[in-house]
Amino acid sequence: MSARRDSRWERWAVTGPPLAYLVVFFAVPTLIMVMASFRSPGDFGGLAPLVGADGRLDLTLESYARLFEDTVYLEVFAKSVVYALVTTLACLMLAYPLAVLIAQSPRRYRDLLLLLVILPFWSNFLIRVYAWMIILGPNAALAQAVNGVLAAFGAEPVPLLFSSFAVLVCLVYVHLPFMVLPLYANLEKHDRALLDAAQDLGANAWQRFWRITFPLSLPGVYAGAALVFIPALGIFAIPDILGGPNDSLIGNLIKQQFLETRDWPFGSVLSIVLTVAALSLAGLAAWVGRRGGAEIARA
Amino acid sequence: MALLEIQGVTRRFGDFTAVDDVSLAIEAGEFFTLLGPSGCGKTTLLRMIAGFDLPDAGRIVLDGQDLADRPPERRPVRTVFQSYALFPHMSVEGNVAFPLQMARVGAADMPAKIAAALEDVRLTGFGKRMPHELSGGQRQRVAIARALVTHPAVLLLDEPLAALDAKLREEMQIELINLQREVGITFVYVTHDQTEALALSHRIAVMNRGRVEQLDEPSRIYGRPATRFVADFIGQCNLLSGPVVAHDGTVATLEVPGIGPVRTTTPPGGAGGRGTVALRPEKIRIVASAPQDTPDNHVRGSVADLLYMGDVTVYKVATQGGARLEALLANSQSGRAKFFEVGDAVEMSWAVDAGHYIAE
Repeated sequence: MSARRDSRWERWAVTGPPLAYLVVFFAVPTLIMVMASFRSPGDFGGLAPLVGADGRLDLTLESYARLFEDTVYLEVFAKSVVYALVTTLACLMLAYPLAVLIAQSPRRYRDLLLLLVILPFWSNFLIRVYAWMIILGPNAALAQAVNGVLAAFGAEPVPLLFSSFAVLVCLVYVHLPFMVLPLYANLEKHDRALLDAAQDLGANAWQRFWRITFPLSLPGVYAGAALVFIPALGIFAIPDILGGPNDSLIGNLIKQQFLETRDWPFGSVLSIVLTVAALSLAGLAAWVGRRGGAEIARA
Repeated sequence: MALLEIQGVTRRFGDFTAVDDVSLAIEAGEFFTLLGPSGCGKTTLLRMIAGFDLPDAGRIVLDGQDLADRPPERRPVRTVFQSYALFPHMSVEGNVAFPLQMARVGAADMPAKIAAALEDVRLTGFGKRMPHELSGGQRQRVAIARALVTHPAVLLLDEPLAALDAKLREEMQIELINLQREVGITFVYVTHDQTEALALSHRIAVMNRGRVEQLDEPSRIYGRPATRFVADFIGQCNLLSGPVVAHDGTVATLEVPGIGPVRTTTPPGGAGGRGTVALRPEKIRIVASAPQDTPDNHVRGSVADLLYMGDVTVYKVATQGGARLEALLANSQSGRAKFFEVGDAVEMSWAVDAGHYIAE
């Protein structure tokens, strides 16, 4: 009896602090944001008083309605989803061969290779984004080379910096490790004997990959896709720094509502829609992917 | 002509010669076993037949065709892996269908072939199960069905029963014998378990240090071991070694330290200067005292240890000269666990032709 009480106490001692942290710094702010989305903006930013001058509760759906008054908001949403999807796919295609290479390399090199993958985290995110300004800048070797080739074919020179291209390149660069790590963690556990068995049963390298390795790696693909897609959807620093005037994404819009336009309710609405959209898209992808996995398994 | 010919095959890993100039001819429809301790080269040889490894020298010829240039996926040979290597994301049916799909068997023919393969291994009705829902023995059967469904020329089995418990292993042995007879496919079976090899095989190649020590039928491997290694590796065996002190054409006398003169029949080739008598424990009679006037070998000693195994009792007897002999008595009288106790003085005897003579 006392042993059971002890273990219950211990369980609370262990899980209590992280739970309390999440409640105070995640659940409560989220609730505040949800509340804010139903209130009116204050005259000089922030929120209008909850109880108006006439003594009535000032709650409104006006901010939600605003979302649909102008298509520009939904367009920015759609563009953000496209950017995040392109980033996720590019990361998947770049990270997969890399993860396979690391998983298949001799054990003593693996830690070193993984260290190289996470090495960028050792320097500040913004510094790395600014570094791309230099790499893509008009006087840098890359832009010179690209435009040199274009000129040779008689084409107009293109700016690399402040473009969708710069935003996407940097989005992929920043998120690549988040795709490599879960993929590696999955591929590293694969049983080599399964590939031997598949080969023994008549499968060539292509068939071995698509019938064995890839379907078995799907949990890693989902994990990596979620880790890339969700942050890429809400990012604002990269388009701010590297993007052109048309590269504003939903993250920039939200930041703008809070810091420049000072319309907190509408900023809250956009944040909520972003969160719901990210969760439902990630859920949908996992559901489709799992069905696809079962399909492959059945075939 | 034999179905599968291993011709002078050698495989080296650095300084280590895993397979050393091995030649074997395996007949169609044969249950052939490669038997030996771990590291003897049997698995390396199997992997070379499957195509996962290539010989440094020699040829592997299947049905008259050299397999050297054929990768594993293009050899008419299938392997049952020790770990079974079932595809965890595919059902039993999916696993068995896999080699058919790789061979581009038409979708119309597939269900019948899958059903037949599952019936062969007595797994009818298990097609929709996933591998993790099966017991060890059932997984083993799926692995066999998957390997047999395309009717390969040769089935390679790499210690397939090693992961099963003793009772299930015995059941599976009987099933393997029946299955092999039914399908008529050549089985090449790798094991380090000598009882398994003796029970299953038509012929056994006993391997040691990359070489074949003896290639023969199970009863001859057990009863007429060609070398000391084979005698020692297969079952329990008393190895009585010593110089030949007398030889009258068919019977030689060896002076064995700790035991004394041991008379043994020798093969027609003669006895040489030194030899070993391989004497199985069950060939030794063990009594309290025996008449001395027979031509049999006699040696006195006392019981040093005994192991009661249920059906038999193993007696380890220390001779007066300080040697150790192992004898075995069947406990055919029910209710009586053993005939002697530790410390009892006993007399052991065996006929002149009870042992097998190995010249050195």
